[in-house]
Amino acid sequence: MKKVLYRHLFSKVLGLTLLLFSSSFYAQEETEAAADVATEETADATGGDPVKGKQLFNQNCAACHSLDRKMTGPALANVETRLADDEGLDKEWIYAWIKNSPGVIASGDAYAGKIYAEYNQAAMTPFPTLSNEDIDDILAYTAAPPSTPAQTAVATPAGGEGSGGSTSGISNEMILGALALVFGLLVIMLILVNKTLRRIAEANGVVLEKEKEKRLPIWKAFVQNQFLVLVTVVFLLLGSAYFAYGYLMQVGVDQGYAPVQPIHFSHKIHAGDNNVDCKYCHSSARVSKTSGIPSLNVCMNCHKSIYEYTGNPEGPSAEDLAAGHTNEFYTGEIKKLYKAVGWDEENQGYTGETQPVEWVRIHQLPDFAYFNHSQHVSVAGVECQTCHGPIEEMEIVEQFAPLTMGWCINCHRETNVKVQGNAYYEAIHEELSKKYGVEELTAAMMGGLECGKCHY
Amino acid sequence: MASNKKYWKSEAELNPNDSIVEALRNNEFTEEIPVDEFLGDKENLSASNTSRRDFLKYVGFSTAAATVAACEGPVHKSIPYVVQPDNIVPGVANYYATTIADGFDFASILVKTREGRPIKIENNADAKVNGGANARVQASVLTLYDSKRVQGPMANGEPVEWKVLDATMKAKLNALKGSNKQVVLLTQTYASPSTTKLIAEFKAAYGDNVSHVVYDAISEDAALNAYNKAYGERALADYDFEKAELIVSFGADFLGDWQGGGYDTGYAKGRVPKNGKMSRHVQLESNMSLTGANADKRYPMTPTQQKIALAKLYGKLNGSSVGGGTSDVDEAVDKVAAEIKKAGSKAVVVSGLNDENAQTVVLAINKLLASEAFDSEKPKYVRQGDAAKVSKLIADMNAGRVGALIMDGVNPAYTLPNADEFLSGLGQVDVSVDFAYTHDETAQASSYVAAASHYLESWGDAEFKKGEYSLMQPAIRELFDTKQFQTALLTWMGVEKTYYEYIKETWSTDILQGGSWNKALQDGVFAAPTMVMDAVEVETVQTDAEEEQSGIVPIASAIRSLVNATSPGTELVFYSKVGMGDGRQANNPWLQEFPDPISRVSWDNYVTVSKADAESWGLENTIEADGGVNGSYVNLTVDGTVLESVPVIVQPGQAVGTVGLSFGYGKKAGMQEEMATGVNAYTLYSNFSDVQSVTVEKAGGEHEFACIQSHKTLMGRGDIIKETTLEIFNTKSHAEWNPMPHVTLNHQEIPVTSPDADLWEEFDRSVGHHFNLSIDLNACTGCGACVIACHAENNVPVVGKREMRRSRDMHWLRIDRYYSSEETFELDNEKKEGMEGLFGDKGALGGFGEMEDPSANPQVAFQPVMCQHCNHAPCETVCPVAATSHGRQGQNHMAYNRCVGTRYCANNCPYKVRRFNWFLYNNNDEFDFNMNNDLGKMVINPDVNVRSRGVMEKCSMCIQMTQKTILDAKRDGRVIKDGEFQTACSAACSSGAMVFGDINDHDSKVAELKEDDRMYHLLEHVGTKPNVFYHVKVRNTNEA
Repeated sequence: MKKVLYRHLFSKVLGLTLLLFSSSFYAQEETEAAADVATEETADATGGDPVKGKQLFNQNCAACHSLDRKMTGPALANVETRLADDEGLDKEWIYAWIKNSPGVIASGDAYAGKIYAEYNQAAMTPFPTLSNEDIDDILAYTAAPPSTPAQTAVATPAGGEGSGGSTSGISNEMILGALALVFGLLVIMLILVNKTLRRIAEANGVVLEKEKEKRLPIWKAFVQNQFLVLVTVVFLLLGSAYFAYGYLMQVGVDQGYAPVQPIHFSHKIHAGDNNVDCKYCHSSARVSKTSGIPSLNVCMNCHKSIYEYTGNPEGPSAEDLAAGHTNEFYTGEIKKLYKAVGWDEENQGYTGETQPVEWVRIHQLPDFAYFNHSQHVSVAGVECQTCHGPIEEMEIVEQFAPLTMGWCINCHRETNVKVQGNAYYEAIHEELSKKYGVEELTAAMMGGLECGKCHY
Repeated sequence: MASNKKYWKSEAELNPNDSIVEALRNNEFTEEIPVDEFLGDKENLSASNTSRRDFLKYVGFSTAAATVAACEGPVHKSIPYVVQPDNIVPGVANYYATTIADGFDFASILVKTREGRPIKIENNADAKVNGGANARVQASVLTLYDSKRVQGPMANGEPVEWKVLDATMKAKLNALKGSNKQVVLLTQTYASPSTTKLIAEFKAAYGDNVSHVVYDAISEDAALNAYNKAYGERALADYDFEKAELIVSFGADFLGDWQGGGYDTGYAKGRVPKNGKMSRHVQLESNMSLTGANADKRYPMTPTQQKIALAKLYGKLNGSSVGGGTSDVDEAVDKVAAEIKKAGSKAVVVSGLNDENAQTVVLAINKLLASEAFDSEKPKYVRQGDAAKVSKLIADMNAGRVGALIMDGVNPAYTLPNADEFLSGLGQVDVSVDFAYTHDETAQASSYVAAASHYLESWGDAEFKKGEYSLMQPAIRELFDTKQFQTALLTWMGVEKTYYEYIKETWSTDILQGGSWNKALQDGVFAAPTMVMDAVEVETVQTDAEEEQSGIVPIASAIRSLVNATSPGTELVFYSKVGMGDGRQANNPWLQEFPDPISRVSWDNYVTVSKADAESWGLENTIEADGGVNGSYVNLTVDGTVLESVPVIVQPGQAVGTVGLSFGYGKKAGMQEEMATGVNAYTLYSNFSDVQSVTVEKAGGEHEFACIQSHKTLMGRGDIIKETTLEIFNTKSHAEWNPMPHVTLNHQEIPVTSPDADLWEEFDRSVGHHFNLSIDLNACTGCGACVIACHAENNVPVVGKREMRRSRDMHWLRIDRYYSSEETFELDNEKKEGMEGLFGDKGALGGFGEMEDPSANPQVAFQPVMCQHCNHAPCETVCPVAATSHGRQGQNHMAYNRCVGTRYCANNCPYKVRRFNWFLYNNNDEFDFNMNNDLGKMVINPDVNVRSRGVMEKCSMCIQMTQKTILDAKRDGRVIKDGEFQTACSAACSSGAMVFGDINDHDSKVAELKEDDRMYHLLEHVGTKPNVFYHVKVRNTNEA
């Protein structure tokens, strides 16, 4: 709860700052608008649309090329002018190359051969579907990339969101404050009324009788009443037994366990922001008992080209900033991956020096319990989130479910087995439905509560 | 009620003045407890650093530390691959087809690997020859993780690099090139086309003075020579016992290791009665072998008698009269001859006599009969050892004529009877290299030890039988800095090729003939196209013809020498145990703990003596109060060589005048201390003859055996192992030979399976799967492959000799062996039925006592017993914590984490199949076996729990396997086919005795078997309704 309160405080501060500086934002927007005009002009000159070009570039080229950085292929900023100036190659050559690079190489073109040799003799994928206009667009983009209009476009709603967040924060605070104020006023009024009444009483000559009748102190009375003592003791014992039991039952239950990992891998960014399917990385969950911690080569499928974290266009949120999760921080984590897998960014190649990552295991079933992911993921079609929680929102993964036997059993009692379209279940479903007189069968009815199904 | 009786504890109490009595009245012990020795010594006490206060501090701190430490769970690390191999998915097993050819065991197998670690051996169903893994092959996966392995090359006891070793050998070989000193390769049998070719090339590279000597520790020289003379090739004739209606064996343990083994599959197929027919098996032998135990008729005979009988049999079949010889075998010979004549070409005769004449005669008889089961055209190559060459090599070594000796897969310093001579010869050799797996006797004496790879780390190929090839591929990278022999040879020849490339080349040029290499590698086996076979056939026909022209004279002389064999007194007959073989896997705890199928003794070898001889020599086996079996010791003397203190087992069925002793034990070097058990029989194996004239002399002391079945006979309880004869089986209704037990209800006899006779209400099991296991006692040969398979699959711990002796074995599956007390089990039953009263001739008191004694030549029956998974299980009702419960699929579940170890269930189990963890068997130095070291733990099956101390365990009917099959089907969305459900034991059973499946699938084989007339449940009258059922054993007693 505390954390939440702090977050609200932060957003409030942020909201205020945003309000203060909103004018400067508008100024910036103006300059960018001017820049947009400028790029449009250059685009007109090369005959391509850089906005369209950007889209095409991201779709087709970005996996291997970057504008200002050597990746699988060379950097492409101003490629057209560079080729024209340095190599004397015209646009036609570029068209030919993009549409059929192996053909150009085969034709014995000198520069093509050079590039081919320079990039580990890996020929560029031919793109025969791209038209000359498309290529023009891409070239326009490479010549002068439109500065991301998104930054400004999203900034406003983000700002709005920020202020929205802060208003809700303020309102809560204000309600609480107002309530406290009202309460304080009431107390003061009460004291005032009391004083006034006393004064009136004194004025009227009413003597306030102070009852000084000697009564037994309450604790003595309590001690003397043995029945009460007994009842209290019983309640105390029951109460402490209840809490002791509660404490003991949670020994070994690591719900909420969120250890610090050697590489700060954010499921929020991967599964949440970027919508990467869980089973893309945890592929063995489909076929194996373990979901499998992805091997580092799986990371490199994407991170060969994603070498830095650009994050939310509006920059890191206040929450992230508070935790130190800046863009640089995330980029640093990507570098940790490169180090572990032995990826040499300079030469775009593996060095062979690897350092396996020692992740801290979060979900740990005891050895005597058998659990199979594929049974639940592939056969039953259970969502990962059912047991692992809103993983796409977790910056640091924590254990969501208690992973106790009672938790397993409950689910087996309540969940219906997905029998549709599975030939294995056909006969057994028909007979069991008849036996139990129900249409839908729970896992328990299928024998999912038997000891030996999980303990062997 | 008060009593004036005085009880006295010892005689001394009767003397009132005895000082001890006086002392005992006041003190608990007569001797003072030496407290003063420590406390009285003030100096010592004050010198001690730990004061009372310190002690209390330590106690306080450790208690607090332990409490605090317990509050926080341990942090587990998970380390994924950096680059995950494509074919490895964590949690999913991969299977690879490979081949074991370690010089003694030859089989095409599948290896199950998990996360890259081989954890189990399975049979290769595609293999037509030797596709069944026996107990040793099953256990060989643990040998891979042997902690005593040589972990890198050594030179004179110091670690050395391969580079250095290779360079030295190259230089040495080049120096010897063209010299008058020999370079000798002394190796195991490979039966490998590529290795043969490679050695030929090696010879070509290093000159004429290179020779190759093949050495089998247990020689099949006679059979190889006999076949060589008859067919012009050193090989072994093959037999298909499935085609035989009559099998006559003269001492051939063909269900064991006779001529390389692998005959049990065909034999078992012919033994199951089908359409009223099954094969008949007559065994004439001296030791009680596994084969003899399975025979319908067994004649105990000394090897000398066997020879005479064989010669006379040939005479009878040939129509010629064979004179001479003793006449005590005539009766048996007459009967056997009559049977063979009746069976004609459906009969087959085999012999295990290591005598060239005998083997020649056997080949001649089979040819004479035109036996269908006899295959001389496509012989087997699994034994190639040449005893004469080995003897000559030792002579050459001692004469200093050998410059370099390269050894692989052999341990002559242990397996040779004249090991001393060999070792002195080894000293004369300039340079000796031993490709050794452990620091064994030979490795210790060699100048270089080349660390050899396990077969699961090696490439290779094999041709077990002409035209039947198989491939060996590594299932794991070398665990240590080891190399296989062939790779080293290639290096020394200066060939820049891996052995893998070499094999691939050899196969594509010589073997595949257009077939696919990848497919052969995937299948593990490859049968040469038949066209080649035709060519071979023509060739052999020619040799046959030649042989016939010139072969009459040798037969006559062979017969003469056989029939004139005279007994050299007591004959010592060597044999190899199912669990130990030639002893190359002696450091394998699974095999040490494996009880011998016949004697049920583990962790030992012993001399087997007949009852009559034991009495005359004063030898005995006694059963101690703790249930352990003890035995006398004897000294065995052969030709002046004495083997001292050999324990004795009195063996029913042992031929009088013979004693038996098994190879493979008594190895000391390169062994863990616990595993160095038994005596070395090879020291008496002179001239590679498995029959020796021996003097037996009783020695002092008693040996403690780890024998887990001290009770030998069935005591006439015919409902445990039901037996009948083929005649009765064919002619009478099953109610007579397989009666259902009845109980009385309201004075009415009702079958015990009737619901009215039941305490419980029947549970509906018609929905879903209902697993049953069928065990056919006719097909079961008692080989024990299932025992080891179960061991490997279910992480069964090894408990060691001491615990085995206390009957605390942990095997989930045991194979009970029973002897008949009379000649047959049927006579036992009759005797029991005929008992009247307590005393007298037919009295029960004396009668049962007699029935405890097995007959001198008993019938034998084997019965695998595991948890019977009773539908009405007595164990489940007595568990106070419901740790054992029943699943609707028929399995009796056992939740280890719930068990508190009351052992009520074990007490209440009528089958005695529950096993209690008396100790912690893993990570415990007291049980220093594979579960106590990191290497050995690699064999553990990750899908099955490793149990802790104080819990009960038992057969789970491999629920992890059935659940996996179900899951695979669910994931594919398909119905499960018959045969997909397996247990470790049923999958390992190459004889087809065990069939597992779902009886709710009415078309399944197991459902059909359950409806069979031969089906019965163990102790049916108890009413437990087991899910394991047996098939009545039928014996073919039809004599001609």
